[in-house]
Order: sequence, then C-alpha cells, then structure tokens
Amino acid sequence: MFDGKQIIVLGERDGIAGPAIAACVKSAGGNVTFASTECFV
Amino acid sequence: MTAPVISAASAVLAHVPGLARHGSKPSRELARDPELESRFLGALRTFEQAVAYAPHQAFLGARHPRDLPERPWVAASPDGEGRFAGAGELMPEDEFLGLMAAVDEFDLVKLGGADADATAGKLARHPLADCIDLERVAAAGGDAEAVASEPGALPLHLGGDRLAAAIRRADEFDQALTATVLLENLATKASATLALLRLLADHGIEADSIDYVIGAGEEAIGDRYQRGGGNLAKAVAGAAGLGEASGMDVKNFCAAPVPALVVAGSLVASGVFRRVAVVAGGSLPKLGMKFQGHLKHDLPVLEDVLGGSALLIEADDGSSPRVRLDSVGRHPVSAGSSNPKVMEALAVAPLERLGMGMLDVDDYATELHNPEITEPQGSGNVPERNYKTIAALAVRRGDLAREDIGDFVEKRGMPGFAPTQGHIASALCYLPHAQARLTDGDATRVQLIAKGSLFLGRMSEQSDGMSVILERNDGEGG
Repeated sequence: MFDGKQIIVLGERDGIAGPAIAACVKSAGGNVTFASTECFV
Repeated sequence: MTAPVISAASAVLAHVPGLARHGSKPSRELARDPELESRFLGALRTFEQAVAYAPHQAFLGARHPRDLPERPWVAASPDGEGRFAGAGELMPEDEFLGLMAAVDEFDLVKLGGADADATAGKLARHPLADCIDLERVAAAGGDAEAVASEPGALPLHLGGDRLAAAIRRADEFDQALTATVLLENLATKASATLALLRLLADHGIEADSIDYVIGAGEEAIGDRYQRGGGNLAKAVAGAAGLGEASGMDVKNFCAAPVPALVVAGSLVASGVFRRVAVVAGGSLPKLGMKFQGHLKHDLPVLEDVLGGSALLIEADDGSSPRVRLDSVGRHPVSAGSSNPKVMEALAVAPLERLGMGMLDVDDYATELHNPEITEPQGSGNVPERNYKTIAALAVRRGDLAREDIGDFVEKRGMPGFAPTQGHIASALCYLPHAQARLTDGDATRVQLIAKGSLFLGRMSEQSDGMSVILERNDGEGG
C-alpha cells in the first residue's frame, strides 16, 4: 500500500516505537526517509 | 544483610514564571515571534494561583492525588493550603533567585541591588534561613542590567517583565558553560538543595549523619571535555551543609530516581553506608514545553514550576517502609521497547518472582504527569495509559476480571499530579504519599515504576526502566 511512497516515521515513547513502524512501512513497500522515536511529555 | 527503609521524604516546588521563557521550547519559539511572546508573558500565573493549584498541593503531599477534585483544576477553588504544606513548600520566584545566588559558588548570578537586599530579607525570615548563605545572597547584589548586557549573559525576570537578575557565562567559547547551561544546572542545584534542606529540617536529621548523596536529576554538569561528567549530588550535599557526605549521580533519563533509590538501598543493605540520601532538582529546559497547547486552549502557561525531591534511606528502624530489594524489576535489552513488554518486565515479572499477584500491590506509582498539562498539546493522559496497560496485564494473568479494569485503575492507580519535569514525575513524586500510605494509611505495598527514553540521546533505539516495591514494615526485622 506504500509502493513508491517516501515515508517519514515518528514513533511515540508510550505507543509504538519508530523502528517498529518503519519495519511495517517497509514491508508494505514504502521507503522510509526518516524514522525517530520521540518523547512528548 | 539489613533491610533498607525509606525513613523520610520531601517534595518542593519553585514557582518560576519569569524563568519559563528560558525553557527549551519557549526560548526557541518566542525569540522569532514578538506577538507570541506577548501572549506567553500575558499567560503566566501569579504565585497565589500556583499555590492554589490543586495538583501542586498533591505534589507537596498535602492531599492524596486520588482526593483531587474533578477537572478542570485550573479553575478549582483553593483548598486553603498555603505555600508550606505536606512534605515541603512552594517557593516564590524572588526567593528562588536568591536561593540560586546562595548556592552559586562562582559569582555567576547578579541580583539587582534592591532585589538582593529584599530577597536576603525575605530569606532571613524563611524557616530554613539558618541553612541558607544569606551573606552570599547580599553579596550577589549589583547592576543586573549591566551584567545582562554582557556578551553571552542572560537576563532573569520576575514574572512577565521585571528584570531582577542576570547570569553570566563562565567561558567565552565553551558550549558546556554558556549562561543557558549554567542557569539550567544552577536551577537544578538550588531546587535539589531546597528539597534536601527540607528533608533534614522537617525530620530532625543531623546533616553530618548522612554518609552519601545520590543525584537522580537529568541535567548535564561538566565542561567541554566531559559534558555530563556529573556529581551534582556532592555539590548539593555541600550546599546543604552535609560535611561528612560524598556523592555521585545516577543517570538514566526520567527513570533515574528508581535506580538511584535501589543503589542507595543496596549500599545500606550491604553495610557500605549507614544513611544515604537520594536527591533530584528541577528541569529548567522543560519549563513551558507545551505552552502552545495551553495558549491554544486559553489556559495559563502551566509548566511554570521546578520540582525537587529528596528521600533518606537507612537501616531498618522497625517502622518506616521497607525497600524490597528482592522485588527490583529491570527492563532487559531482550524485552524490546513496546509498552506492554516494558510493563510486563517492570510491573509483572517481579511479582511473579516473589509469588505474588498484581492485586498484592495497593498503589502503582508510575509516570504521574499531570494530564491537564499534557492533553492540550496532544500528548494524552500518560498515567491513565500506563494504568490501563498494567490492568490489561492483570487480566491476562487472571488476577483481574475484564469488567474490573476501571475499578483497578481507579483504586490502584491515581490521576497524574506532577509537573512535567521528567524524572520528578517518574514515581519519585509519590514518595511522600507512599510514606503516609505505608505507615498511617492502609496500604501494604506500593510499586514504583520508572521509564526512561534512552533513544532521545541517539545512542540507542532502546528505552529503559526499573521498578521496586516498598512494603509496610511489620516491625519484625529484615
């Protein structure tokens, strides 16, 4: 579903970490151009 | 091996609306938007509003967080408690600037002449006056405006607009000794010192009876050759007059207080030291971090206080809550970073090891950030999220029926009440309440759970955490 798409990934500390989202995006054909996990508190 | 106990705990706040503009987020956003700066300065709280704010009274220990009124707390009526309440106090900004000058050993802070005299006078009437270097406060008086205009210096205001002091950089080229960094470190030192002084004074503890102090703050003390080199703990010990103490810092982002407590307990249990204090000062960069969300929702700038905490660990006295060193939960590398896995490692695994169930813990104290601060910026309700995860794990273990999740969260969890000061909100803020609940109250066990966002430093994708159980003392020795 992400074929040919450039994806920016922002993970969240208490939710889903950036690398986990990035792995999903890649498996769906997306190209992860930036991935990070952030703390918003 | 003796069982370590927590024999005393303190909690302090410093209301610093004038310093809020030096928080990391405001310092970046306000400089490029004068209109936004004007709105920010117009939305700062008064000292009276800060004292009356119910979560602050909960933080000081004057009321249990489960006894907080319904939100919104911003508009709630004051409950009659004053600045000296519970296990500490809420210090006003002018006194805190004076306290920073009092613990400043390098003449970095210059107070306006009239402000220095007035502040020294106010601190002379403070209950801790005998422990504060009032001569240094008075000597810090001078031309604050002139210092503020020096290259690299920062002006320090009282509230929105009155310049009352300034802080110098310590080196022209060293990025670890800029005025911004030194202000952050000095604010941490002053708030940690206040917490430690309150601990001593309120519990009749002899300063020289403490052997060791462990710092659990997030600041980075050092120069360009060792940024984050540390040992603010010993600086705080010196400022508080602990002549026989040495110290060190334990670093682990927001999680640091629990590992610090465990290390302190281990030092006492092993007989290495007799009395160990754990201290943490406030985090100035986090002031005003979510101010844009607050302004958007017509709220005052709620991140306008620095927190400070201190606790004392010593050998079993037969009455104080015990630190169960056999209950320490750690977050191993193999657990990964998903929140349920982290909570399983920290909240569940230690109980299973001890043959206990999740209903054997009366209070779970985790990251207790005040949701009234986090929700307007879209950060959600952090403690509620954690409690739902813990309750779900209890259901999966068979300790709890699915329909009882709400009851579990309400009775064994609590609303977040701590200022968003990272490590201060991370379980440490519950210590005064844990003390009360495990002695005069009806709780048997409190589990402290802390988590740290290691990935923010870009050295690892991992997070970390640690947990420990505090238990009512049955008076029958360890």
